[in-house]
Amino acid sequence: MTSASATEDVNRIDRRFAELKAAGRTGLIPFVTAGDPLPPATVALMHALVEAGADLIELGVPFSDPMADGPVIQHASERALARGVGLAKILEWVREFRTRDAATPIVLMGYLNPVEIHGAACFAREAVEAGVDGVLLVDCPIEEIDTAAPLREAGLRQIFLAAPTTTDARLGRVCEAAQGFLYYVSFAGITGADRLSQDDVRTRVGAIKQRARTPVAVGFGVRDAASAAAIGEFADAVVIGSALVERLAAATDADDARARARDFLAPIRAALDARGSGEA
Amino acid sequence: MSSPSVAAAPVAAIDYLHYPDARGRFGDYGGSYVAETLIAPLAELTAAYETLRADPAFVAEFERDLTHYVGRPSPIYHAERLSRQIGGAQILLKREDLNHTGAHKINNTIGQALVARSMGKRRVIAETGAGQHGVATATVCARFGLDCVVYMGATDIERQKINVYRMKLLGAEVVPVTSGSKTLKDALNEAMRDWVTNVADTFYIIGTVAGPHPYPQMVRDFNSVVGREARAQMLGQYGRLPDVITACVGGGSNAIGLFHAFLNDRDVRIVGAEAAGEGIETGHHAASLAAGRPGVLHGNRTYVLCDDDGQITETHSVSAGLDYPGVGPEHAFLKDSGRATYVGVTDEEALAAFHQLARTEGILAALESSHAVAQAMKLARELPEDALVLCNLSGRGDKDVHTIAAREGIAL
Repeated sequence: MTSASATEDVNRIDRRFAELKAAGRTGLIPFVTAGDPLPPATVALMHALVEAGADLIELGVPFSDPMADGPVIQHASERALARGVGLAKILEWVREFRTRDAATPIVLMGYLNPVEIHGAACFAREAVEAGVDGVLLVDCPIEEIDTAAPLREAGLRQIFLAAPTTTDARLGRVCEAAQGFLYYVSFAGITGADRLSQDDVRTRVGAIKQRARTPVAVGFGVRDAASAAAIGEFADAVVIGSALVERLAAATDADDARARARDFLAPIRAALDARGSGEA
Repeated sequence: MSSPSVAAAPVAAIDYLHYPDARGRFGDYGGSYVAETLIAPLAELTAAYETLRADPAFVAEFERDLTHYVGRPSPIYHAERLSRQIGGAQILLKREDLNHTGAHKINNTIGQALVARSMGKRRVIAETGAGQHGVATATVCARFGLDCVVYMGATDIERQKINVYRMKLLGAEVVPVTSGSKTLKDALNEAMRDWVTNVADTFYIIGTVAGPHPYPQMVRDFNSVVGREARAQMLGQYGRLPDVITACVGGGSNAIGLFHAFLNDRDVRIVGAEAAGEGIETGHHAASLAAGRPGVLHGNRTYVLCDDDGQITETHSVSAGLDYPGVGPEHAFLKDSGRATYVGVTDEEALAAFHQLARTEGILAALESSHAVAQAMKLARELPEDALVLCNLSGRGDKDVHTIAAREGIAL
């Protein structure tokens, strides 16, 4: 740990969740695939997400073989790759985003191979320098946590998933390893399918929150204001991925992408906040 | 020696028959690089398989099926005319092409279908490239009365119409995959998604020694009958072990099947033949070990073909069964430890071997296996007449006659 990172105080993810908790608000975490729908629109799109109420941004790193993603995000990956989007470009965008926004946490979400080929230590250094706060490597479960050690050592928060199929015994170990926040995927399948049974999710998330030392975000299958508000009743944050990516896919230019993001997120933000103020 | 790297350890110190370790690692390779949602089904499978492999009744049923349904043991055949024509060592062929369905693939699908049945799974899914594993899976599903869904890239479906129809005749549903490069790796991604979504009643039969733990071990175990048989046959027929053994390597299931029983026989040289396609220097190949680098793909750490940004690259081989950008983690381990060497065989060399074997021995080898035959011929040329080269003839070539005719401009 260098003195520079020590003086840069807490990680943005930790700080943001502390703020949310203090304000009694539910976090809103949109996911977009970096470089999709249009590479030049990415930074503007990220700012638009924040303006529409995002508390944290998950930026998808496209991969050629996204085994754990559904067709919507896979197609977004393919579109981005076809336009030459890669890790170096993505870090450049994060750096550019940071010139105007020093507070909103950014989590890169993707698969191990690009990080491995880049070199985990080298990637970690560059990511921290660019202003990335956390990394969710979909194909790096806690069993393979050593692989990602350089990321944690560099100060990045490693986000882990918990699933309905995660056993109780294992959940303890996942909670132990979790940094930043724990990401509960609310059904057993891949991203983007409609399999949300809200009562099951509520029960399960309740159990996880009792054991987790980090906040718990719930995602996968959250599509609109109503489903987000329902999840927001018990989750610390709500993640919206496929539904947003689908909405953005047809954008014609950067302005259109920003407008689509705002139109989609604003009612969700309002629904989450209405719930919060209603209770207060 | 203080280095933890297996490459730095003396070869003699490694007991190759004791891999993988409890975490599914072969040295630095293998493991379980999967999303959280797959951990539970993989743990369930690992537990079931660990119990079954130690269960004498399970082993006996597997062996009974290998004998009476697959037609084992497959013979070792001395290709005398071919050896004479080459003018070097004697080439011996392990005739996996004579198995039911015409390739080694059935050894594994029988085994996994038995595991599926004992786990109470009624639905089986599989991915396939050339269609051989799909056919072998559809075959055992018909035999055991299991529902069968096979994922296949749309491009491969177009290239392998006969195998697609064969699967349908056997009662399987073939689902075209239109994502990515529309080939084997995309079919594998899609099958993985199906499994995650339908895991309660579904068993995923992976066709090669790749994927997350326990697949590389389980698929190897079921195919390792090839090497065990061959080792005993060599001792019985020739009174000694071969000097060199060779097999083609795509994912590497037939190769590890032959190699495994010989791994601790240090005097037996082991050579894997990868698809060098149009030549490794052209970039149009599928030689993950010869030209790739360590990475993570499809749930395991292994050698992969990818660009500098870590994106998996498209591969090329005249044989669809070798057209895969990764390779089984145990092969990666054998390469790094120096126990086996892996070399490239081009499309042209494989096709030449196909023709030469057909004309001298009356055997049409699969294009995949023709890579091994080409490598066996190269090895034989360098060795004295009394040396023995054992080559795994992993499948028959009937499925490839259209491909060969098309390449040679012949309309059938």
